[in-house]
Amino acid sequence: MVASKVPAVAGPDLESMPETTTTPLHSGRDPIDVRTAPDRYRHWRLHVEGRIATLALDVDESGGLAPGYELKLNSYDLGVDIELADAVQRLRFEHPEVAAVVIRSARERVFCAGANIRMLGGSNHAHKVAFCKFTNETRCAIEDASAYSGQRYLCAINGTAAGGGYELAMAADWILLVDDGSSAVSLPEVALLGVLPGTGGLVRLVDKRKVRRDRADFFSTTEEGVRGRRALEWGLVDEIAPSSRFDAAVETRARALAATSDRPRAARGIRLRDLERRIEGERIRYRYVEADIDREMRACRIRIEGPAGASPADIDGLVPAGDAFWPLALAREIEDLILHLRHNEPAIGTLVMASEGDLDAVAAYDAFLLAHRAHWLVREIRLYWKRLLKRIDLTARSLLALVEPGSCFAGFLLELVLAADRGYMLEGPFEDGGAEAVVRLTESNFGCFPGVNGLTRLEARGLDDEEAVSRARRQIGRDLTAADAEAHRLVTFTPDDIDWEDEVRIALEERAAFSPDALTGLEASLRCPGPETMESRIFGRLTAWQNWIFQRPNAVGERGALTLYGTGARADFDRKRV
Amino acid sequence: MSSVDLNDRIPNNVDLASDRRLQRALEQWQPAFLDWWREMGPVAGAAPEAYLRTAISVDRSGWANFGFTRMPDYRWGVFLADPEPDRRIGFGDHRGEPVWQRVPGDYRAALRRLIVIQGDTEPASVEQQRHLGRTCPSGYDLRNLFQINVEEGRHLWAMVYLLHAYFGRDGREEAQALLERRSGDADRPRILTAFNERTPDWLALFMFTFLTDRDGKFQLHSLAESAFDPLARTCRFMLTEEAHHMFVGITGLARVVERTCEVMRTHRTDDVRPFGVIDLPTFQRYLNFHFSVTLDLFGAEISTNAAGGYTGGLKGRFHESDIDDDHRLDHATYPVLQWVDGAFRRIDFPALNALNERLRADFVADVETGLGRINRIIRSFGVDFQLALPHVAFNRRVGMFADLDVTPEGAVIDGETWRRREAEWLPSESDRAYIRSLMPEAVTEPGKFANWIAPPSRGINHHPIDFEYVRLD
Repeated sequence: MVASKVPAVAGPDLESMPETTTTPLHSGRDPIDVRTAPDRYRHWRLHVEGRIATLALDVDESGGLAPGYELKLNSYDLGVDIELADAVQRLRFEHPEVAAVVIRSARERVFCAGANIRMLGGSNHAHKVAFCKFTNETRCAIEDASAYSGQRYLCAINGTAAGGGYELAMAADWILLVDDGSSAVSLPEVALLGVLPGTGGLVRLVDKRKVRRDRADFFSTTEEGVRGRRALEWGLVDEIAPSSRFDAAVETRARALAATSDRPRAARGIRLRDLERRIEGERIRYRYVEADIDREMRACRIRIEGPAGASPADIDGLVPAGDAFWPLALAREIEDLILHLRHNEPAIGTLVMASEGDLDAVAAYDAFLLAHRAHWLVREIRLYWKRLLKRIDLTARSLLALVEPGSCFAGFLLELVLAADRGYMLEGPFEDGGAEAVVRLTESNFGCFPGVNGLTRLEARGLDDEEAVSRARRQIGRDLTAADAEAHRLVTFTPDDIDWEDEVRIALEERAAFSPDALTGLEASLRCPGPETMESRIFGRLTAWQNWIFQRPNAVGERGALTLYGTGARADFDRKRV
Repeated sequence: MSSVDLNDRIPNNVDLASDRRLQRALEQWQPAFLDWWREMGPVAGAAPEAYLRTAISVDRSGWANFGFTRMPDYRWGVFLADPEPDRRIGFGDHRGEPVWQRVPGDYRAALRRLIVIQGDTEPASVEQQRHLGRTCPSGYDLRNLFQINVEEGRHLWAMVYLLHAYFGRDGREEAQALLERRSGDADRPRILTAFNERTPDWLALFMFTFLTDRDGKFQLHSLAESAFDPLARTCRFMLTEEAHHMFVGITGLARVVERTCEVMRTHRTDDVRPFGVIDLPTFQRYLNFHFSVTLDLFGAEISTNAAGGYTGGLKGRFHESDIDDDHRLDHATYPVLQWVDGAFRRIDFPALNALNERLRADFVADVETGLGRINRIIRSFGVDFQLALPHVAFNRRVGMFADLDVTPEGAVIDGETWRRREAEWLPSESDRAYIRSLMPEAVTEPGKFANWIAPPSRGINHHPIDFEYVRLD
């Protein structure tokens, strides 16, 4: 929320990037790359001491992802959040001993001013949406770490926390606010910018923190926010402490949170090494994942390779395998690919997922993960798959899964088929003979990987029939051919080899012909049936409204509040309610 | 089945033998087609052998192979006109781009719909005409009816081929549905209203083939311009066959008129019914009816569908390439006849939206030419009578004139007057009963013709008129 001059910073141009048909790769600009590591952080400092880790925000003003804005007052852009997401992830895998994480500012009197307004004002709509989605996922990942991984988060607000700054704090288990007479928490978006606190703020205020909704209304329309004792009384923060005792209060609270954790004290973490990715023309290659972009079809064909070897014989083999352990390596590669496509290939609207490998080997890995679920690293890997699958659910691309002979969709990998908007499975063998395609359900498909609505992907496919899931459950361990898979709702259509190519082509062509906006809305609506959760409300209700507001002249028109912010001119609203 | 057998059974130039998917689709569809043919095809007593032409290739020697065939054994084939090298899209937004050999996803639903609508008319007309064999005026005419029927059947095959080859599963489902709808069936009617009317007698058949098959000609011409090349090529070949149907229509009507005028001249009277021929006023009423019903087939005068089809390159205009304009029509206008402030006036509309109207106007001009030939026959007998097409607003059920009551001369009248005078303009039940009374049974003896129609000037494929075109034994 800062006016700034235009610094010359190398990097992608957010204004012109995501909506052009040629991608930044093609225009010679650097793509947005989510791969980073603590030794390359520009904006965060990660410090681990025993059971407590501290993530200190110290944004490099000139370190924005694109030219045109300065990240003053610890305001952030996507680059800052990419580092945060990386840190949250690494803390889980690399630091099993860390039981509590303190998020604070490295600056005096300023915690975080939220998303950089110049960045938002200068970004096109697609980038704003992609940015908000990523930051929302990061905050949900923090909550997930606390709820399921025993890594508890404390947010120590040692200065002003405005907008996205306070929203970040709300992702933590505990908010400790310095009571210095001036530091406030605030959500000034409506009052100042004509948009919403869209990183989950409005939802967490009432759903998670259970702030009375009339007070939430007042708070969310009050530019200067709320300080000290009132913030505590209203439940906006959990604790206040004067400046002189602030650090001590942080330490006490961090230790208290750590005491509630079940994370192992003596375990050794694994290192998440830099992910190798090669982009060769239209092909993106990883160790186990290969993706080919078909610009004419506006599609990306993703081939997932099964494990190269057998799963470790026992749990002692796991930690030495580290990030080379196939399910973990694969998850990292798929996640990187999805994020790469989201941020750099906006015109590629359909993701087609196929797999190739030994079904038994995949099933063995799945069984390993089930058998050792109590082990801290197995738990992390399974939770990672849960988050990855949610990220796929939340990706605004059409998802098609192709199940062909030689594919290896079993257990957790089968969730990719269940995540798809449509699954096609070959009925019978291909003309040249050979085996039929089969898939295999395991216990993993019945509760390990709920979506944002709290349902498993199988449950989301069986809302009309309470018995559907239990019938499917009786198929655990069996090789299911196309007819069985269709009967148990695992796939949508089962063309035979004569129709296969045509049906797939037609599905792709049709998808490519529809309005991308309509498809985004359609898929988001259909992927998330049944009950609402806080997460589904964040990604559905709040995000949809925000994305609408982001398009409206009252925000982004010539006289819109977001456009005029920092110029001194007043916004000129169209007063008609819609 | 060997490819030789297959090509023999289903003559084709689409390389059916090497396309397993198409083979399987057609092999599954063919028995259902034959069932349909047996149930809804021509009622012809003990399966007669008819002297029919069968297309076995698209070249000059192959498209008209004559021989005696029992109809269910007719070899329905799949033929596309030869491809034009480097054919380009001739109109719309994609003008100048290469034509499409596959259906683009963007236009898939619209193209499928066009093909289904065209395809639905083919079996429909067979169903409409199925009883006419019992009342045919000659073996020659019966043979012509059968020829039309088997070729309508082949045109159905042509559309089914496109659905099978290019539209995947839902194409197959649509192909199946083409066999499930029935002309005039209350529950499963044919798509277009005109194809749910029975063709009750031979005068109606000749009117239908003169007028309604001519609508088909114009539809096929506009589809022959399509950017979807297989459709264009299919329709170009269908047009060669459709020409015969219109030949049957116009020569049939001419022979009716010729016979009537002969009687008028011989007996010096207008009152010809006592002589068992079709009086010209009744002829005119049939003409009024069939003309107005056929005009409805062109659709609404102002149509966004037609505009979308043109802009997308799916369906062009009649003889598109001969028209001297930009073939995009973004800013062009076209005068459309409207009833405004108590008068018929031509009002300019965006040409893109007026494409149905334009095709209808091309059709009317073509019909006028044909009618001129028939009027010349009347004059050649010294008979003082002129057949005339009714006003385009007469008896319409589709489009902006549907709510108006209009005389054949174009006077707008009130509903009461219309009801009182309708029988002057449209065939009454007594007209139809009279026509039926002329056709009590089939005339099939070679060389013999029913009293109400003159023989043709020549036979089929250089055979004499008294050739045994249909063997009924």
